[in-house]
Amino acid sequence: MIPLSWYLVLSALLFSIGLFGVLARRNAVAILLGIELMLNAVNINLASFWRYGNPAQMGGQVFAIVVFAVAAAEVAVGLALIISIYRRRKTVLAEEIDLMKW
Amino acid sequence: MTAYNSTMILAILPEILLLVLGVLVLLFDVVWKGEKRRALGWLTAGGTALISIVTLLIGRPGEPQSVFGGMLRFDWLGFAFKQIFLLGAIATALFMMDIEKLSRRGQAYALLLTATLGMSLMASAADLVMLYLAIETTSIPLYVLAGFLLDDDRSAEAGFKYLLFGAMTSAVLLYGFSLLYGFTGTTSLTSFVGSLPLALGLVFLIVVGLGFKISAVPFHFWAPDTYEGSPTPVAGFLSTASKAAGFAVLLRLFLTAFPQFVEQWAAVLAVLATVTMTVGNLLALAQKNIKRLLAYSSIAHAGYILIGVVAASKLGVASVIFYLIAYLLTNLAAFGIAAAFGRAAGSDEIASYAGLSRRSPGLAFAMLVAFLSLAGMPPFGGFIAKVLVFTAAVETGWVWLAVVGVVNSIIGLYYYLTVLKVVYLYRMEGENEEQYPIPLTRPYALALTTLSIAILVIGVLFAPWFDSASLAALNLF
Repeated sequence: MIPLSWYLVLSALLFSIGLFGVLARRNAVAILLGIELMLNAVNINLASFWRYGNPAQMGGQVFAIVVFAVAAAEVAVGLALIISIYRRRKTVLAEEIDLMKW
Repeated sequence: MTAYNSTMILAILPEILLLVLGVLVLLFDVVWKGEKRRALGWLTAGGTALISIVTLLIGRPGEPQSVFGGMLRFDWLGFAFKQIFLLGAIATALFMMDIEKLSRRGQAYALLLTATLGMSLMASAADLVMLYLAIETTSIPLYVLAGFLLDDDRSAEAGFKYLLFGAMTSAVLLYGFSLLYGFTGTTSLTSFVGSLPLALGLVFLIVVGLGFKISAVPFHFWAPDTYEGSPTPVAGFLSTASKAAGFAVLLRLFLTAFPQFVEQWAAVLAVLATVTMTVGNLLALAQKNIKRLLAYSSIAHAGYILIGVVAASKLGVASVIFYLIAYLLTNLAAFGIAAAFGRAAGSDEIASYAGLSRRSPGLAFAMLVAFLSLAGMPPFGGFIAKVLVFTAAVETGWVWLAVVGVVNSIIGLYYYLTVLKVVYLYRMEGENEEQYPIPLTRPYALALTTLSIAILVIGVLFAPWFDSASLAALNLF
């Protein structure tokens, strides 16, 4: 059987790629994609901890399902906000959405 | 399987009633037409006040107990925080009533109530799944509220920035939760067993997520932009109730999950508190816009409150709760004044406040009360709150942190007084100010009068409030 640590490494890699995407990408939609990657890394963690821990206890699976549902809601609101900005400003580049700065 | 019993219903009584009220608001939004819709604000504020009273009368917890299979804790800590959130929602609903494009939309009030519901669950959640769900139930309606004014570029931008920061930090927080679940083997909040480096790693991940909620430096970048762009009452709600909810989770999570590593995480939070206070106050000095000034001031206040968390003692927790009550009253009043003034004068620039003491003596006086309380002057609530957190720090040996806090309070005093100088000493050039009165509508007058009196009362008669806060604090030890 594949050891648990492999899954954790995979999840850590996915999380790091997602975080890099959030911090480095300029396109707002791509930033949202990065956040999705981070959330999926969490789901890999949850599923593997559940499988290798105590499969009789459903906590990890329930947690993963809740994460799915919430992520979907978050993306829906995020895309709606991006569309509302795009309609008025014709841009989805994060650096051009800069009416307010210190 | 245990059947439902009355304790379970009592434990989520405010949440049930908030949901009912939210549905009622949406219902009347359809039924009422035109100008009548303004009454939706009265319905929201009055209904929330009623919920608060009902909860105070029949929803009081006894001995702390777990309900719903350990998902929630029914205790005084959660109860105290729920009252704080309800108070914040009442004042915010009143302030929203005269903002164009917000007041006649039932959705805005429904979103406000949903966010309050999420916060209530945050304060009593005792399970990682429940906690995450509650945090998101709070955040998502707030993203929408911040970006609610679709035809205002700055509001949409505020919502967008809030969402990106919020989603990213909550993903980091969630990664921390998933590891916490993995190493404890259960989703319920129990004491973490493991090595120190591992615990510190988890603490860092969790601090990122909650640091965003309480707008601690270096996770504060969203706050000034979001406060400036979002509708002013919403900004007030974000800076008070949302921050209080973050602190509720911070207290429960760290004191329940990592009690054996208290020295280490307290050190991490002490550094965070120092940086937050200093950066917040120094950046506030340079602000020209009242909402940005209040944003940086709210960042600095997050630092002061963190001092109480660092103390991690009974007095520390009690001082955090007391500080949050005083801060909620004060900052809501400050944002309410900014909303009332911005609505009448069409500007949020500090310079445009010149001559306010002649244009509207009442509003200027409310501002004096609120800003002196923010600065920590007796006899207002902010003074007692600061004394309590600094006492808690000194009592547990964090003397240097208390000194940093005091020095920062002095820096803070400077910019609060600068605003008051503009209000009281400067005149509108070449104009007779009395010809430009600031009209105060009834909801504003009611909310601002109540908040100003409350700030004074909590500063003079602080013992009953402090006793309640101490009672709540006992539940964590």
